Amino acid sequence: MTTPPPRMLPSGDTAITVEFGRDISDESNRRVLALDRKLKQAPIAGILETVPTYRSLLVHYDPETIGFGALSDQLTALAHTSDESETVAKRRWRIPVCYGGEHGIDLEDAAQALNITPDALVARHAAGDYRVAMIGFTPGWSYLSGLDPALAMPRRQAPRLHTPAGTISVGGIQTGIQCLAGPSGWHLLGRTPVRTYQLHREPIFLLEPGDAISFAQIDAKEFAERDDAASHGEVVAELLSA
Amino acid sequence: MTKLVIDAVGPATSVQDAGRHGAQRYGLPPSGAMDRLSLAAANVLVGNSAFAAAIELGPLGAKLSVRDGVVRLALTGAERPAALDGQPLAFNESFTLAEGQILTLGVARGGVFSYLGIEGGVGGEPMFGSLAVNARAGLGSPYPRPLQAGDAIAVKSAAPSVERRLDLPEQQDTPIRVVLGPQDDEFGAAVETFLTGEWTISATSDRMGYRLDGPQISHLHGHNIVSDGTVDGSIQVPGSGQPIVLMPDRGTSGGYPKIATVISADLGRLAQRQPGRPFRFQAVSVEEAQDAYRTMAKLIRSLPDLLRDAQHAIIDLDALLSANVAGTAIDALAAE
Repeated sequence: MTTPPPRMLPSGDTAITVEFGRDISDESNRRVLALDRKLKQAPIAGILETVPTYRSLLVHYDPETIGFGALSDQLTALAHTSDESETVAKRRWRIPVCYGGEHGIDLEDAAQALNITPDALVARHAAGDYRVAMIGFTPGWSYLSGLDPALAMPRRQAPRLHTPAGTISVGGIQTGIQCLAGPSGWHLLGRTPVRTYQLHREPIFLLEPGDAISFAQIDAKEFAERDDAASHGEVVAELLSA
Repeated sequence: MTKLVIDAVGPATSVQDAGRHGAQRYGLPPSGAMDRLSLAAANVLVGNSAFAAAIELGPLGAKLSVRDGVVRLALTGAERPAALDGQPLAFNESFTLAEGQILTLGVARGGVFSYLGIEGGVGGEPMFGSLAVNARAGLGSPYPRPLQAGDAIAVKSAAPSVERRLDLPEQQDTPIRVVLGPQDDEFGAAVETFLTGEWTISATSDRMGYRLDGPQISHLHGHNIVSDGTVDGSIQVPGSGQPIVLMPDRGTSGGYPKIATVISADLGRLAQRQPGRPFRFQAVSVEEAQDAYRTMAKLIRSLPDLLRDAQHAIIDLDALLSANVAGTAIDALAAE
């Protein structure tokens, strides 16, 4: 199968956006993660760090070591030889979520908008087989691919300025785990006690792009217990396979 | 242990260095100084490496003192009234602050951010290789937040030494250079509007982003893209059509198309631009931008060679004054 080569787009003088596609697609994301992995295995002098997203790999580099043209050529060649099968998820996590109530204030409205019951919405969301497509925006904010298309909802008209840490929400065809409190225009379905970013814990960042995720429903009492454990540095997510 | 004490301070003053790198893939922005050249100058003046941690002062003033020792400091960046026990202080020149003395800093006049270099740097535990403050991520030393009155920063007591001064090349008030992309094809003819328009920085700007006021930039296909990585200087255009230049505390990804990126060599100059002062953008090639990057990097490496003894000038002046040739003395200083 021949796939078109990625586009090499300058992001200023110190980064290249290697663009595999413009839409959310698992195929683009697998190619992004494959190139990312390839660069880890065979580093190119001058590359400082890489940032995988749904559809592109942002490559930060030092222009005193390598120029835009030379790096573009090398990245193009490498993307061509990347084997996407290398990025099959190695790690699988089960993330506990308390849906609805004070932990998921939009659950009822969202169910109404989708014309299903809140229980059905929870069941379908929790049944999903997700993958961490990217981590971005704020520390630990994990964007997951694999949302049931029937659960897609346009973002809220007016974003909320304050949403709680650990929020599990849906925005468009995306679902995600928000780690820190902050603004969000997504629909809040529930909360997880898991900290995807926690200082003074090993590891500080729990998830990696490419990790597989499933959700497990817990009640408010269990949420409180696990949240307390998590605040003391426990991971509280279950690693199903490593 | 010698402590630098913050007796009073306005908002947006924090410890910053060259930022933390390597964790943007986890959503952690680099943070770091808004104006890297001024940070480097402040550090070099007090004998530190160019990108050690220093205090980045926001537009409003501050009052500082020292406890249990003497600290050597240097002020660079945005000019503002500065005085040591009421005696005016020169910018780009080191000085020592002794116990009992008060350092008073006024409101920025010539820009937005000033830098206070501290001999020996700032004490603290680096996270991801940096002490830079990012309040949202709870990172930075010694306090993971902007500085407040009553804070005390552990510093090294100053070693006996002559004071130094640094004359930086004067910066030209030329257009802010950008490299178009990575999504300039989302804008069509509006790219021309962006490049020919006159822009000002909105007062609602901060270390995350500078909002620009100017002509309306319209999108060809709507204002949503699938979230994509950002860099310092990314210029994204949200639905309002008013661009936002992303600064070091930016989100590491964003869902608005990016029309252009401010080049590294000009980002500090943009950061120092005061709200309401008009400017223009100019598109350059990646190669030109990288030439400018290398020139800036060379200048920063050469800063130690540009240092001169500040006291020599003062001693010469005294000698000349005592010889009753004051007019000559002024000329001699001007020729330095």
